[in-house]
Amino acid sequence: MSGIGPSDVANVAKLARLAFSDEETEAMAKDLEQILGHVRSLDALDTEGVPPTAHGFELATPLRPDRPAEPLDPELAVSNAPARQGTAFLVPKVLEEEG
Amino acid sequence: MGSSESLLAASLTEQREGLDRGDATSSELVDASLARIAAHADLSAVVSIRDAAARAESEAASKRIADGKALSVLDGVPILLKDNIVQAGEPATCSSRILEDFVSPYDATVTEKLRAAGAIIVGRTNMDEFAMGSSTENSIHGEAHNPWDRSRACGGSSGGSAAAVAAGLVPLALGSDTGGSIRQPASFCGVVGLKPTYGRVSRWGLVAFASSLDQIGPFGRRVSDCAAMLEMIAGHDARDSTSVPEAVPALGAAMTGDIEGLTIGLPKEYFVEEGVEPGVLARVREAIATLESAGAKVTPVSLPHTEHTIATYYLIATAEASSNLARFDGVRYGRRADKVEDLQDLYMRSRSEGFGAEVKRRIVLGTYVLSAGYYDAYYGKAQRVRTLIRRDFEKAFESCDLIVTPTTPETAFGLGAKSGDPLSMYLSDVYTVSANLAGLPGLSMPCGLSDGMPVGLQLIGKPLDEATILRVGDAYERLTEHHLARPPETN
Repeated sequence: MSGIGPSDVANVAKLARLAFSDEETEAMAKDLEQILGHVRSLDALDTEGVPPTAHGFELATPLRPDRPAEPLDPELAVSNAPARQGTAFLVPKVLEEEG
Repeated sequence: MGSSESLLAASLTEQREGLDRGDATSSELVDASLARIAAHADLSAVVSIRDAAARAESEAASKRIADGKALSVLDGVPILLKDNIVQAGEPATCSSRILEDFVSPYDATVTEKLRAAGAIIVGRTNMDEFAMGSSTENSIHGEAHNPWDRSRACGGSSGGSAAAVAAGLVPLALGSDTGGSIRQPASFCGVVGLKPTYGRVSRWGLVAFASSLDQIGPFGRRVSDCAAMLEMIAGHDARDSTSVPEAVPALGAAMTGDIEGLTIGLPKEYFVEEGVEPGVLARVREAIATLESAGAKVTPVSLPHTEHTIATYYLIATAEASSNLARFDGVRYGRRADKVEDLQDLYMRSRSEGFGAEVKRRIVLGTYVLSAGYYDAYYGKAQRVRTLIRRDFEKAFESCDLIVTPTTPETAFGLGAKSGDPLSMYLSDVYTVSANLAGLPGLSMPCGLSDGMPVGLQLIGKPLDEATILRVGDAYERLTEHHLARPPETN
């Protein structure tokens, strides 16, 4: 496991859709390096052949009958939308108009 | 003290009897609770109050009870929900700016069940933003205070629920526990807190932090009160496919007071002098001696991967959090930044303005450990170590019925003491995270004081065996009076 620097933080922040100032990026890199320093203690453990655990309590993939049910009222579903048109969520234009 | 005030301070069983006997009505009990919440506003334990709605509901409950038609043991009893468990028509800020104006369009499964049982939800409790923290200091509502000493933290992330129960604002409250967020604040505030087995309680309507670790559970002043609340909220739910199909056992009947012949495992890795407050170790050892005197046997066990639990936890929890919190994009709900240029700018600025520093730190860490080139080294490695940690417990449980440890290595730390040092804050969860990684039920209960602050005794059970830890916890209460201790300033 390798170290984390400001350029790694900047890349990851972009992936996570978070914006940081240069100062914040530096501070974040320092915090993360400290945390990852602790995490690297796991390197000492031999996990060859050990299966991963995704859930503490193993469950078979459950199936349920596919029955129609009353959905959430569309008016309620958009009631928290910052911008809406009818029962649709409104966002800034994604595609430029042609011509 | 009037009859409704004294009833508010009583255990759930006593409240039920008092309500049914007519010592006080549900309306009077709810009024007393609302008055006490207002009188203790300086704790910042409660962040929103359902004043008129709670009063109207308690009037209906009073009538049912007077007619001898109480819906359940919780009918007419005031309770609080942590601010990440949704209720229709109510806010659920999760202490985050990004959800400041959110109003839930639906009820969580636990909310639905508690309302159907007649419980009166009087408000919502303070927490660390998105349950990320161990002190209830990371909150848009301001830091919460420990009722035992207001200069100290009440723990977190469910600190508001713990402080509210400790200060006698309500007899019961719900919290959520991802790495100790019920048990650690219960320990810091001197109340009982129970994290059920992963999947025992539906997570539908719990705002997700780390989905493979999150679990809802009760806070109360008595073990039996928490058992009653767990019985009410547990069970399979078609809306949460990770909820377990097993039937909920009759937990009340399990609490016989008899622990003769039960074997308690003491993990040697948890009973180390280094890094543990001497008063904490002393109180926990006394509690173990008390249980032995009641016929329990004690055996040493080993959980050899203990030193790796925090590292494993922070890799898995942040990875899952980065994925879960991707939903906050400023489009469908939550805060949207003003005057955005385009969709990318909308995402970027809404999230950057809406999330606090600790949440951003965990999103970045989680995104990093899941990113190409690092996935196997960090996230994959943590999942494999998680298997080793789970196996440690399986092996330990071959020779014991439950495991007993301190809940935390120290009593409540001072406000601000760890807020500038994320790693030191993370390490304070060292005794609680393993139960989440292994999916096991864990109970924290008061076992005395160290320098005037409460010490928590942690009981960890086998998967789905809440009954045994509740039985032992209840037996301990019958043998001691630590559960009767109240914060000096709130008597």
